[in-house]
Amino acid sequence: MSFEAFAADWPLVPALAFQAINGFASASTLFLVAAGLSIIFGVTRIVNMAHGSFYMLGLYVAVTLAPLVPGPLGYWGAVLAAALVMGLLGALVEITVLRRIYRAPELYQLLATFALLLVINDAALYFWGPEDILGPRAPGLTGSVALLGRRLPEYDILLALIGPIVLTVLHIVLTRTRFGRLIRAATQDREMVAVLGINEALLFTAVFALGAAIAGFGGALQMAREPANLLIDLGVLGDAFVVVVVGGMGSIRGAYLAAVLVAQVKALCTALGIIEIAGISFNMSKLTLVAEFLVMAVVLILRPHGLFGRPIPPAHHRGSVEAPLRPLTTTGKFSFIVIILGLAALPFLGAAFSYAPVLALDVLIAALFAASLHFLMGPGGLASFGHAASFGLGAYGTAFAATSLGLDTITAFAFGIAVAALGAALLGSVAVRLEGVYFAMLTLAFAQIVWSVVYQWEDVTGGSNGLFGLWPDPPFDSRTGLYLAALAVTVAGVMLLRYLAFSPFGYGLRAARDSAMRAEASGIPVARLRWLAFIVAGTLGGAAGGLFAFAKGSISPEAISVGRSIDGLVMVLLGGVQSLAGPLLGAGTLTVLQDTVMRETDYWRALLGGLILLVVFAFPGGIAGGLALLARRGAGR
Amino acid sequence: MSRPMLEIEGLDAWYGAARILFDLSLTVARGEAVALIGPNGAGKTTTMKAIMGLVRRHARRLSIDGQDVATLATFRIARLGVGYVPEDRRIFTDLTVAENLALARRPARAGAPAWDEAALFALFPNLAGMLDRPGGQMSGGEQQMLALARALVGNPALLLLDEPSEGVAPIIVEQMIETIRSMKARGLSILISEQNIDLCNAICDRTYEIEHGALRPGGLVEKNSSRPQNE
Ligand SMILES: Nc1ncnc2c1ncn2[C@@H]1O[C@H](COP(=O)(O)OP(=O)(O)O)[C@@H](O)[C@H]1O
Ligand SMILES: [Mg+2]
Repeated sequence: MSFEAFAADWPLVPALAFQAINGFASASTLFLVAAGLSIIFGVTRIVNMAHGSFYMLGLYVAVTLAPLVPGPLGYWGAVLAAALVMGLLGALVEITVLRRIYRAPELYQLLATFALLLVINDAALYFWGPEDILGPRAPGLTGSVALLGRRLPEYDILLALIGPIVLTVLHIVLTRTRFGRLIRAATQDREMVAVLGINEALLFTAVFALGAAIAGFGGALQMAREPANLLIDLGVLGDAFVVVVVGGMGSIRGAYLAAVLVAQVKALCTALGIIEIAGISFNMSKLTLVAEFLVMAVVLILRPHGLFGRPIPPAHHRGSVEAPLRPLTTTGKFSFIVIILGLAALPFLGAAFSYAPVLALDVLIAALFAASLHFLMGPGGLASFGHAASFGLGAYGTAFAATSLGLDTITAFAFGIAVAALGAALLGSVAVRLEGVYFAMLTLAFAQIVWSVVYQWEDVTGGSNGLFGLWPDPPFDSRTGLYLAALAVTVAGVMLLRYLAFSPFGYGLRAARDSAMRAEASGIPVARLRWLAFIVAGTLGGAAGGLFAFAKGSISPEAISVGRSIDGLVMVLLGGVQSLAGPLLGAGTLTVLQDTVMRETDYWRALLGGLILLVVFAFPGGIAGGLALLARRGAGR
Repeated sequence: MSRPMLEIEGLDAWYGAARILFDLSLTVARGEAVALIGPNGAGKTTTMKAIMGLVRRHARRLSIDGQDVATLATFRIARLGVGYVPEDRRIFTDLTVAENLALARRPARAGAPAWDEAALFALFPNLAGMLDRPGGQMSGGEQQMLALARALVGNPALLLLDEPSEGVAPIIVEQMIETIRSMKARGLSILISEQNIDLCNAICDRTYEIEHGALRPGGLVEKNSSRPQNE
């Protein structure tokens, strides 16, 4: 049988084969980002959220330099120069920023590097502007090769080969050179490396520079395939996370294997096109994100440390131990009541303050969202990077019930909360088995799945437009009515969280946070308590989402993206993790900032990033911590 | 030449907010072997970590061969000629024996015994035969030998040995005593933490007793003193 006849009978087979080869090209790119991320994590124990930024900048630098010299020299010279520049930038970033946070708690490290991502993104906006920039095509490699009845670009074949080549080179460096042995030794026990007289700081700088250079190299290689734009830092970061986690943090071959796995799953989805399951048609090519994160979830459930990962030995310097929470004093209770009364009076202050209730409603929703996240982070010790999922499930649940199902306001709100609770129960059953960065990444992944399902499932969620025309019934249809209802819900939620934090449940959670092993030994069902905490946080986060849907009259995918998860984390951190009042202060501060200063500038990302860095470096206790310090000084102690 | 190899005066140390060491003072003279004994949790390990700069510490005086190290980073203290064998050994299990040794090698220094390959393998004949074995595939006793050898190739002048006999079979302990004695015979100064009194007696010139993070009053015992020994 001729190939043509075969292809006519089985149209899917050549499509699959073609996509598989394409998948190897994508796998190389993924690997180049993930390899550096993985090595850096192995040695420094820092998950570098800004790693995608080196990839993006590498591409920008390459498209800027390549046209300066014509021909292959210009193209390949630009690629190498981009890698070199990113290596230098990586070293600079390590010395100025990372060096200060190696001993900080994990959460601060994640947020500080995320702040870097924001600042670098705005720096790129400043230097290169908002327009996409097209690079030149690779000289001599612009043709294509006929394969399986299709044409495969030569450049993609080269890319497919570069992954294994870099893997081999890295393997040789790691096994045959002193630098490589140092990396392997430090990945296992960096303290012992210092004991042998090796300058850790220098090693860390070198490792970070190496990782950044490889990412920059990967970005620069994209020059012939996609234009430089400001979205690729976050985009590639999500993919690289999945790859590193699936492969096992710190393992290079794991990273390559996982890159191939993920890229092939994506390629398969693309090749399948639109398929129908139980009468509902799914466009698989748009579901690649979900597929990728599903792979990650499955691997993490089966092998919590990834394909080639091992349990991460604890960093020998632990972050500071959390101070115990204290119940409110009489003055504290009194101020709480005064603040609530003041907030309740806001709508009645007259025209001069007409904007105040609008702003205050935003603050209330943010406060409930941040407080629910804090319950998980503070007493629970689990930093979720995907709290936007709860918010989204609550918001979409409410909006769907109110518009499509036509339920009344209160029932719709309850429906939304129930959806969020259910989602939390489901994810929680998996997530509470993990800790630290793995927990952070799984929650981030789940939030991406929710986001992408919402984005795809047009019949129910309205796709990219979202759901709108959401009008609450009386008495919530007036601005005042809705505001007072939101105030009541938020106050009730915050009081519930307080009550729980000081109940045996809360004490058990804190005991588990401080030492899971000791808590387990003294009969505390750690996993169960964490699961319940996850559900509590998810339920109240969902309530915040429901309020949001009613407050805006609509809900769109943008409102539940990764940005909301990060906002929540920043609020908690800004206010102070170690105090129950902290998230409320942080929510108020960040929301007011966003509604005023950040709205006025194109560079709000850099502002937010600067704010995060300021908190991490200068006020690790947040606003609440700072106030407590002042109060103690005032009391003359 | 009479300046002590290690001089500690008024050492305090903390884990987080918990203070562990209280005003500890001790010295190790050049070429001397000194034991630090005390029950579990007394603070022996913490003392060694404090010397290496691995825990937060403060001291009126903390000097190696006359050099103040109270504020130095760990790697600088190591480079001044301090070798450290932690109680859990902490060899690099991913790396082979040869790689473990290669990473630790430092130039010879004046006033300290030099350990070239010949000297090292004379002391640890077993290791010579397993250079390509990953550290993770060695027995506990072999790992302890590798940890010792790894500290020696740094050519230290002072060696901190944390409970070398812990979890090691009695017959290996005998062998270890001989090994440590010959290290001392070559002029190495040693501070050793132990619970095994026989090992201390066989090796050490003096003994400090530590309890609850502080030296026991009168806890300094010179060898051959009139203090009653067991039996
Ligand atoms: N990482 C640590 N964090 C907090 N406390 C510790 C830590 N390591 C040891 N300790 C405490 O310090 C004290 C001294 O321990 P250590 O120096 O290991 O004693 P030793 O080596 O004499 O058995 C003990 O009470 C122990 O519980
Ligand atoms: Mg000990």
